[in-house]
Amino acid sequence: MVKQESESTNRPDNTAFTQQRLPAWQPILSAGIVIPGFVLIGLAFIGIGVALLVTSRSIQVLELDYTGDSNGSPCSSCSQSVIANCKCSLNFTLTTLFQGPVFFYYGLSNYFQNYRRYGASKDDNQLYGDLSYFTSPSSSCSPYDYDSSKKPIVPCGSIANSMFNDTFTLTWTVNGTTNNVPLDGKGIAWWTDYNIKYRNPSVTPLKNAFNGTVKPINWAKPAYELDASDPSNNGFVNQDFLVWMRRAALPNFRKLYRRIDASGDYQKGLPAGNYTIDITYNYPVRAFNGAKKIVFSNVSWMGGSNEFLGIAYLVIGSLCVVMSVVMLIVYAKFKFPDEE
Amino acid sequence: MFRKRPPPEEERRVRANDREYNEKFQYASNCIMTSKYNIITFLPVNLFEQFQEVANTYFLFLLILQLIPQISSLSWFTTIVPLALVLSITAVKDATDDYFRHKSDNQVNNRQSQVLIRGSLQNEKWMNVRVGDIIKLENNQFVAADLLLLSSTEPHGLCYIETAELDGETNMKVRQSVSVTSELGDPNNLASFDGEVVCEPPNNKLDRFSGTLYWREKKYSLTNQNMLLRGCVLRNTEACYGLVIFAGPDTKLMQNSGRTKFKRTSIDRLMNTLVLWIFGFLVCMGMILAVGNAGWEKEVGSLFQSYLAWDTPVNNFLFSAFLSFWSYVIILNTVVPISLYVSVEVIRLGHSYFINWDQQMFCSQCNTAAEARTTTLNEELGQVEYIFSDKTGTLTQNIMTFNKCSINGQSYGDLTDPLETQPKRLDFSPFNPLADPDFCFYDDKLLESVKVGDSCTHEFFRLLSLCHTVMSEEKSEGELVYKAQSPDEGALVTAARNFGFVFRSRTPGTITTTEMGRTVTYSLLAILDFNNIRKRMSVIVRNPEGRIRLYCKGADTVLLERLHPCNQEVMSITSDHLNEYAADGLRTLALAYRDLSEDEWEAWSESHRFADKATDCREDRLAAAYEEIEQNMMLLGATAIEDKLQEGVPETIAVLSLANIKIWVLTGDKQETAVNIGYSCKMLTDDMTEVFIISGHTVQSVRQELRRARERMIELSRTRDGVKEEGMQGWREPCFNGNGFKEGQEGGDTAGGSGGGVGKQLHGSPLPPPLPLSNLMDNISGEFAIVINGHSLAHALEADMEAEFVSTACACKAVICCRVTPLQKAQVVELIKKRKKAVTLAIGDGANDISMIKSAHIGVGISGQEGIQAVLASDYSFSQFRFLQRLLLVHGRWSYLRMCRFLCYFFYKNFAFTMVHFWFGFFCGFSAQTVYDQYFITLFNIVYTSLPVLAMGIFDQDVPDHRSLEYPKLYEPGQLNLLFNKREFFICIAQGIYTSVVLFFVPYAVLSNATQSNGVPLADYQTFAVTTATALVIVVSVQIVLDTGFWTVFNHVFVWGSLGSYFIIMFALHSQTLFRIFPNQFHFVGSAQSTLLQPVVWLTIALATAICIVPVLAFRFLKLDLKPQLSDTVRYTQLVRQKRRKPPGRNTGSAWRGTGSVSEGRLGARGGSRRSGYAFAHQEGFGELITSGKNMRLSSLALASFASRHSSSWIDTLRRKKHTHTPPSTSGECSPAPSFISVSVPPLSNSSSILGGSQETPIEEETVAAPAQNTQMIPASVTQTLPALAPDAEAPASQVSAQATSSGVLTPTASKSQGGDSPGGWTLSLGTVQEALFGWKVIASRASSSNSPGPTSIAKETNQIK
Repeated sequence: MVKQESESTNRPDNTAFTQQRLPAWQPILSAGIVIPGFVLIGLAFIGIGVALLVTSRSIQVLELDYTGDSNGSPCSSCSQSVIANCKCSLNFTLTTLFQGPVFFYYGLSNYFQNYRRYGASKDDNQLYGDLSYFTSPSSSCSPYDYDSSKKPIVPCGSIANSMFNDTFTLTWTVNGTTNNVPLDGKGIAWWTDYNIKYRNPSVTPLKNAFNGTVKPINWAKPAYELDASDPSNNGFVNQDFLVWMRRAALPNFRKLYRRIDASGDYQKGLPAGNYTIDITYNYPVRAFNGAKKIVFSNVSWMGGSNEFLGIAYLVIGSLCVVMSVVMLIVYAKFKFPDEE
Repeated sequence: MFRKRPPPEEERRVRANDREYNEKFQYASNCIMTSKYNIITFLPVNLFEQFQEVANTYFLFLLILQLIPQISSLSWFTTIVPLALVLSITAVKDATDDYFRHKSDNQVNNRQSQVLIRGSLQNEKWMNVRVGDIIKLENNQFVAADLLLLSSTEPHGLCYIETAELDGETNMKVRQSVSVTSELGDPNNLASFDGEVVCEPPNNKLDRFSGTLYWREKKYSLTNQNMLLRGCVLRNTEACYGLVIFAGPDTKLMQNSGRTKFKRTSIDRLMNTLVLWIFGFLVCMGMILAVGNAGWEKEVGSLFQSYLAWDTPVNNFLFSAFLSFWSYVIILNTVVPISLYVSVEVIRLGHSYFINWDQQMFCSQCNTAAEARTTTLNEELGQVEYIFSDKTGTLTQNIMTFNKCSINGQSYGDLTDPLETQPKRLDFSPFNPLADPDFCFYDDKLLESVKVGDSCTHEFFRLLSLCHTVMSEEKSEGELVYKAQSPDEGALVTAARNFGFVFRSRTPGTITTTEMGRTVTYSLLAILDFNNIRKRMSVIVRNPEGRIRLYCKGADTVLLERLHPCNQEVMSITSDHLNEYAADGLRTLALAYRDLSEDEWEAWSESHRFADKATDCREDRLAAAYEEIEQNMMLLGATAIEDKLQEGVPETIAVLSLANIKIWVLTGDKQETAVNIGYSCKMLTDDMTEVFIISGHTVQSVRQELRRARERMIELSRTRDGVKEEGMQGWREPCFNGNGFKEGQEGGDTAGGSGGGVGKQLHGSPLPPPLPLSNLMDNISGEFAIVINGHSLAHALEADMEAEFVSTACACKAVICCRVTPLQKAQVVELIKKRKKAVTLAIGDGANDISMIKSAHIGVGISGQEGIQAVLASDYSFSQFRFLQRLLLVHGRWSYLRMCRFLCYFFYKNFAFTMVHFWFGFFCGFSAQTVYDQYFITLFNIVYTSLPVLAMGIFDQDVPDHRSLEYPKLYEPGQLNLLFNKREFFICIAQGIYTSVVLFFVPYAVLSNATQSNGVPLADYQTFAVTTATALVIVVSVQIVLDTGFWTVFNHVFVWGSLGSYFIIMFALHSQTLFRIFPNQFHFVGSAQSTLLQPVVWLTIALATAICIVPVLAFRFLKLDLKPQLSDTVRYTQLVRQKRRKPPGRNTGSAWRGTGSVSEGRLGARGGSRRSGYAFAHQEGFGELITSGKNMRLSSLALASFASRHSSSWIDTLRRKKHTHTPPSTSGECSPAPSFISVSVPPLSNSSSILGGSQETPIEEETVAAPAQNTQMIPASVTQTLPALAPDAEAPASQVSAQATSSGVLTPTASKSQGGDSPGGWTLSLGTVQEALFGWKVIASRASSSNSPGPTSIAKETNQIK
């Protein structure tokens, strides 16, 4: 019905694009690329795997469970009761030097910091030091947003409420003398957490900011009194708090507790000798079949011990090499009838 | 849509010139509206429509779920951003579409027409025309609405219309007004006309109308014969007046063009099924995780409450599990990302543009480019198995040209040098001032003969100028316009005109011609009209000298039987010529005359008059009378008319059938014409094993014929298979010894009639061609064709016979259905759709093809001469049939490939992405904790990974376009649905799940105990999320790198850009700046930096990538080596060649493209049997119309009394004849062989006596070159000949000839060309060779650069010819 009448020609443009003649690279999985490629990848992986394994083997790790499940273990009495600040201690002996820098971790297992509601149960505005959220915490903190008397909880939410509150001191006994091993609690949290993400309200003294709020139910002390020894290490930028708030991805995790301060006798790490860890046992885990442990570890360029990575690299590397041989055989037998 | 509809009409009452009266009924006005929205309704209506899409509603549902805080595991924006994007893209597309509809509506609505208002003619826009108006139409105007013809300037209220837009028939039709109104004449009378029409309500039946006109207390019944329908064009009529009965949407045209059925591709349907499965899968996953959650909450969570209290509404683990289920539904919904649908649309749109832009589908003559009118079907173009084609205008140009003739044993019209590129065209103007300047003829011998005054030649052209039913119109002196009923007749009369025998004018009793400059008036004594049975027409004229002569032209089969015995010699020579012509695919006619004495005439005239007056069996009596006088005629000669094929049709059909596409021709034409075209476009070939003709008139006979055809097929294929072994040696010899073979055949043939078939049968059976293997599918070997006519088809389409018909027809290589109605066309298509579950494509140009275009999966419209109705109904349109091969084999194939690769990758990607959450569920208490940052989830599908896969979906090519035309077998994976099906889908899914496992467990294993180099543990949630996300992005990017086979600059930009954007966006989202603005939105501050600086993280990512990709790489390499696909091989050889920098020394692709020149078309078909047919496409009855004088102007009507003899009965006669166009005796008449299976051609014979009376052609040996075109052998030959593609041609050449010898297929050809036959000889079989051996072309031309014997010469000649 509608006849197209056009004087000008309707000829489509003759460009490489419209005519689908764009210059193009057309890769093909030719034997000349794939087989050497596999060999190279395989060799590279084997190389990396060996390096990783060697490095990993050189890393020292010491793990000590102190949950106190079994009756014989030192903390069994604390784990049975619900006494606050229950004390117990663990002993261990180092026969050789534990190469520094040494990191002191606490570990929890079967603990679901990655549960969705748990992870969401915090108020980022509040933690960013926004005072308006002190009085009215986000509903995401529920049921830890207000206490029974409808007072706002600061910091609100499950994560903060469930903060790990065991404390440890480490003593080194050598030749009968007992020395306190200096532990460094600075800089154990992420730089961005400490400097950007968490912030105390700019109110001095800090205590005043918390007027009209209550401390989390499980906490013994309010947030502004977390570290009595260091006033700057209080409130939301308390290092232990920050470490706790960075929730773990998996139910078995460890978190950095302290660094062994590399000074004096401990410059090279932990010297050989007998050590005692004095534990203030507050954190109950047996109710949900959890476990607690203490881990000492040192690091290499690639971080802590990681056997899996090295082995995986070796396996994959060798598989690549094997595959390349298989492919070579197949290729020799059934190659393209081309180059004759 | 929202317009209030009046209740359906029971009947329609229209009073002329009375708008007030008619307005009571609220009939639709003539304003048409195809648009859907206006500015105000657009948003609500469009949104309403969009939310009717299941996918959109689903995402809306998800959005609502996410607003419930207890369930919401993701932020609301993860869903709303993609949803908004999708909705707005679709809305923009709909708006543009509608804008164009508005525009075209406006254009139509604003056309001008002349309306009679209050006694005067006024110009009105179409949209303002009302029911009951009287409008005036002028010549060549479109009819504005459905009109009742009141009067016209022609006598008797006649007018001519062309209904091409409506039904696709280009021949003119006659309409006549009711006699009382035809006298009204001028506007003044019409203005006072106040008749009232009562008629049926609007409907879509084009050929039916019933109503009554009440005027002056009298009733006149109205039929379709009185109606002018909207969309018709007035022709050869100065002006006419009509009363508007139906307007606008009520017109039959608009009622017919109802909303097009929304077509979905099979991939679409598969996709929908898969999406449903995925939903099922999603629910399963949700269930598993919910059960897990219940267990966890019961076992662990309840104990863990001191640290994580249950939410207040959640008071038990079961409720928690219930919520968890919905939460998981939300986070796992990305397995079916909303971007899937958008991406698919975008890719299809891109492909459509590529079709629109393709210069090689642009026809410069008609200045039209191909157009993808729907953007949703592209990939289906790569899966077509059946093509249903119209004939006229699609395969042929519907232009007839007088091409050759044989006069008194002398043949004219052959080109002196067939290889001469531009033969000299004869110039008639100095010799004959009345010549038609458009007429082309190349042989000057004929003109010489006329000039010399050869009496036979003169008589020949005199016959052509007298014996016809053409009307002439002489606007001014010498400016003649012939109005021919059929283009054939027009061509013949025009030929006579140019050779000096000019038909000037006629009256019912006279014919005036100008013979060699001298005006002669013959008195026309009788026209012995044409009909299907007679296949001839005659005139009896008395020349000025008083001699009475009968001139007859007709099908040679009938005419040669009625010759005087003394013609034996001329007849045999003419017969040879006829064979030659037919072999060239020309439509032949034999011409003869007979002198009648006055007595003879008187006697016959008496008997004729008697027969004519008979009331019963008038037809039969007349036929008998005609038969009586058409005897003992003297042969004058024969004509050959070329029904010009569209360019490149045979080549296209050859290529398409090599691509295993079955082509069915469905035409309204007569059987003979259809079969003729079938031969000339190589659908039917002489080396076909057998051509069956189904022409039964009863259910039983059709069933029997079908059954017999099947039995024959099985029998023949069995004998073929059986004797193949020992026959190998035996059959080849006679092939070389062509002459002996031919003579033997001819002997058998002259027996004629049914004996011919048997004779040939005996000859044929011991010499079966070496068809390599039986067709496994139907267990039928050999090439069969079936020709079925409309009557039989009607029976065959009945429910109980369907299956039989389909199984018979589908075993045939070619199927031709003739005399089919538009409805039957659609039924056939539906049948195949239903029975074979195959993708069908219908191609046609006329409105009669609309039904099949609409019902086929893909409708293609040829934007040709026959209006644009077909184009409007079609999904794709272009102007040349030959573009079909490019549309299917290049665009369709690519689209399919791209879409499949896209879908595979897309599903893979999303499973890899989403299933990680599932695994994580087992470690996070089934709490619906996402693994990734929510921004990552939002952006992953729409930013990070959308463009590379889109680029692949739009630009990817496995082999270049000319390769896919050279190797039509590359099309097969699409037909077999190999690239994306349920199996492939599961493979993709499996790969995706595997990837997700790796992506979760590798970081899990590595990070659980890892620490940063400063001692901080790495196993915190954010580090884990960033590591996994980065690994995911890298793995899927590497995968797309592997999947992309064609790296254009876009692919590079998109792939690297997406990777880059991932890192940039991630760093931005994890930056301090954003966090400072929205501290509670960007929890991940600093994670990117802190994580990605760790070498362990990178080692983890590298490890995960390797574990994901290495197996894929190895698998693909091995597959490529062990089980290469044809496309791989083609691609490989291509690349190897490129690498060696040897320019391909061949004219790639062009061979198929546009060489359908005159010479090729004419010469390419040599080797056929004679398929003469009385090629008149016109209806009978015009002879009567002429002699009655009905259609002549009163002024020129000298013999008024003559007219009264037949009075007004002629129209009735015409109609009656139309309904009985194929009387029962047809089969007996037209095919001498026993009714149904009229042909029993021996496999190697050249002849196929579809029309009976077949005789051997003198040129025999060529056809043996390609007796076997069984597609089954192609894969073998391809793989075997592929080495030949390597540049060193010598070895392959010999290999090929070795192969040729072994298969026995190529040998004749090769040896022939070695023998250095004439180039012409080669050309003759070229077409068939091309068909049979596409792989060969490559080798041959490749070889042409070297000096290897054998194929080299072929190649050279091939090049020459092109």
